[in-house]
Amino acid sequence: MMNRRTFLGTTAAVAALLAAPPVLGAARPKVVVIGGGAGGATAARYIAKDSKGAIDVTLIEPTRTYYTCFFSNLYLGGFREFDSLGHTYGALASQHGINVVHDWAVGVDRDARTVTLAGGDTLAYDALVVSPGIDFVEGSVPGWSVTSQNKMPHAYKAGSQTQLLKAQIEAMEDGGTYVMIAPPNPYRCPPGPYERISMVAHMLKQTKPSSKILIFDPKDKFSKMALFQDGWQRHYPGMVEWVGGDFGAIDEVRPDSMEVLVNGDTIKAAVCNVIPAMKAGTVAARAGLTNDQGWCPIVPNTMQSRLDERVYVLGDATLNGDMPKSAFSANSQAKVCAMAVRHALTGSTLFPAKYANTCWSLIGTDDGVKVGASYEPEAEKIAKTSGFISQVGEPADLRQRTYEESIGWYAGITADIFS
Amino acid sequence: MVAAGAAVAEPPTGDAERGKVVFKVCAACHAIGQGAKNRIGPHLNGVFGRQAGGIDGFRYSDGLKRAGVTGLVWDYESLDAYIENPKALVSHTRMNFPGMADAIDRAHVLAYLRRFSDNPANIPEAPPRHPPSPKLPPEVLQIKGDPAFGEYLASECTTCHRADGEHHGIPSITHWPVDDFVVAMHAYKQEIRANPVMRMIAGRLSDDEIASLAAYFADIE
Ligand SMILES: Cc1cc2nc3c(=O)[nH]c(=O)nc-3n(C[C@H](O)[C@H](O)[C@H](O)COP(=O)(O)OP(=O)(O)OC[C@H]3O[C@@H](n4cnc5c(N)ncnc54)[C@H](O)[C@@H]3O)c2cc1C
Ligand code: HEC
Ligand code: HEC
Repeated sequence: MMNRRTFLGTTAAVAALLAAPPVLGAARPKVVVIGGGAGGATAARYIAKDSKGAIDVTLIEPTRTYYTCFFSNLYLGGFREFDSLGHTYGALASQHGINVVHDWAVGVDRDARTVTLAGGDTLAYDALVVSPGIDFVEGSVPGWSVTSQNKMPHAYKAGSQTQLLKAQIEAMEDGGTYVMIAPPNPYRCPPGPYERISMVAHMLKQTKPSSKILIFDPKDKFSKMALFQDGWQRHYPGMVEWVGGDFGAIDEVRPDSMEVLVNGDTIKAAVCNVIPAMKAGTVAARAGLTNDQGWCPIVPNTMQSRLDERVYVLGDATLNGDMPKSAFSANSQAKVCAMAVRHALTGSTLFPAKYANTCWSLIGTDDGVKVGASYEPEAEKIAKTSGFISQVGEPADLRQRTYEESIGWYAGITADIFS
Repeated sequence: MVAAGAAVAEPPTGDAERGKVVFKVCAACHAIGQGAKNRIGPHLNGVFGRQAGGIDGFRYSDGLKRAGVTGLVWDYESLDAYIENPKALVSHTRMNFPGMADAIDRAHVLAYLRRFSDNPANIPEAPPRHPPSPKLPPEVLQIKGDPAFGEYLASECTTCHRADGEHHGIPSITHWPVDDFVVAMHAYKQEIRANPVMRMIAGRLSDDEIASLAAYFADIE
């Protein structure tokens, strides 16, 4: 799975591959993609692959190895190695001729149609795809800021944060308290925090069974709630306490003393996992693509920004209607976007847009559940058309099969993004 | 959805006595009746209402076990579909039987099987009024798929099914015979196959789209 090949220089490999015929003698149209995650890397791959060299694709991504948030909870639970979450960009460059640039996009001039990189370069585009994921809303959890993330990790962008959270769990003493401050809607991966709780409980039950898990949640209900609560009861009785919306709000967290102040009580946390409120990745706001809530409205049948027809926004950063913020959704949106971009730049056929999502979660060993839906574009939003969800009380062999399916999905989607 | 059933006539009503005769082709592998034991195939007592692959001690194929685990229960429709074309319902089933094309013979043999199920009150005497499925008028199997359209549609599938045919928990769908692929997709669409993910996905595909996907995945490099 893990592709350990080092990054293949863009110029040489690409020059060789891109001897493909140019469109009608004109310069090849240029697409710049910001963000090499589930949305951006899929879009880059499909635009390059399906245009067969007719479009010049540049992918801007600061990290050389992308660690997937999806399945990072399984690493916390001991079901997955950290390295198995890492994916590199070598095949996108060598197999599909994508020009992969490891840098940050720091500015977008939509009038001049250019993107500026932290390294100083400026790239021109005919179409721009923006898929920067999420950033956190400063001040949404009093006392916490991104500078506190080394004490109170979010682990909601995968990589060193995930490793830190795992190390903190491993360092906990038996009888300690793991506190999670759960995020308000909308946020990345609706079942993510609760799958995480399941995985942390799974670890603690084996090694530190007197420990407690406390979740402070600004919401009254959450994704797959009945399934998770049933699972916590069955696998980890007495360990997990979820305190929902009506408790009020967190007064303050104190990263230095590892304290959480709530309703006049001070709770001493062994681990405090703060998942703050979210907004679209900062570069989206810099490019002027966000609304007042910090998300990017899109056109449902093409994924174009509502604010600029040359710009497409994907994944977590979007305000799209009914689709949840998931890797599956981002990947699904990227394929519609790739088709629309090719249509706009090379006149290829525009087929009707279709979207889908399925999110699996692991609750305990071999105890997997899933929720999924299909979506179609309407004038105002991407609308849910049908869906399904696992049921409480399903037989163990079905739950095991569902978990096996999720492993198949991970192998499938990561190949669909990076191979 | 309508197209798949529209051309099919009312299903025939089975006659158990005639079914006893038809069952001879099954009897090469299956025993039924008092004291029946597993042979090449599992015994067929009490098959109506049983989870597919549900007899302890019989070595089923992975495909049939998976179908049972994910919700396939033998009822009139699913039995009819399985006997008509075993692979349509359960890919890679070990039942090495080409299928019984004649709907009337199937109705007879199912009426005969029904005699050996505990709970016949739950089992319709006559088949359900809508045609047992997956009923595909021959025209549906003759649709020529457009591989270019299939390629776009396939991008939805490769989120889960790998284009290189590798599989780790979700089956491979590359290089299938086109007919098997089409029939399998309609079996999800008509909710004969149980998996909810695939029912949802196949449920919104038209006959043309299914044909195009079959054409594309059959020849994917
Ligand atoms: C714990 C957890 C569990 C999850 N589980 C699942 C799951 O089981 N299934 C599922 O479908 N989803 C899951 N998700 C959600 C999934 O990870 C996200 O929805 C998905 O990654 C969103 O894709 P994206 O392209 O919008 O953003 P990302 O995948 O985050 O990609 C954004 C990329 O943009 C880059 N970037 C940001 N700013 C810039 C810039 N200025 N210049 C250049 N590059 C930039 C970043 O480095 C990053 O690589 C989970 C998430 C979490 C946190
Ligand atoms: C060549 C041998 C053979 C013939 C002929 C045959 N079967 Fe089967 N059958 C099998 C085998 C083997 C299995 C187990 C399949 C698997 O595990 O995938 C099976 C499975 C079944 C099952 C599923 C049982 C369960 O427990 O889930 C049914 C129902 C069935 N057969 C009915 C029939 C009927 C009715 C006929 C005649 C029309 C027939 N079979 C003809 C070999 C045969
Ligand atoms: C969300 C993940 C997912 C997506 C997307 C998906 N599938 Fe599936 N598919 C599955 C799973 C899981 C199974 C196993 C189902 C079962 O056990 O019956 C399956 C089974 C199948 C089968 C039967 C395989 C067998 O061996 O019996 C076919 C054919 C198939 N899918 C085709 C498709 C096509 C075509 C698409 C795209 C239009 C698609 N699938 C999209 C998850 C998916």
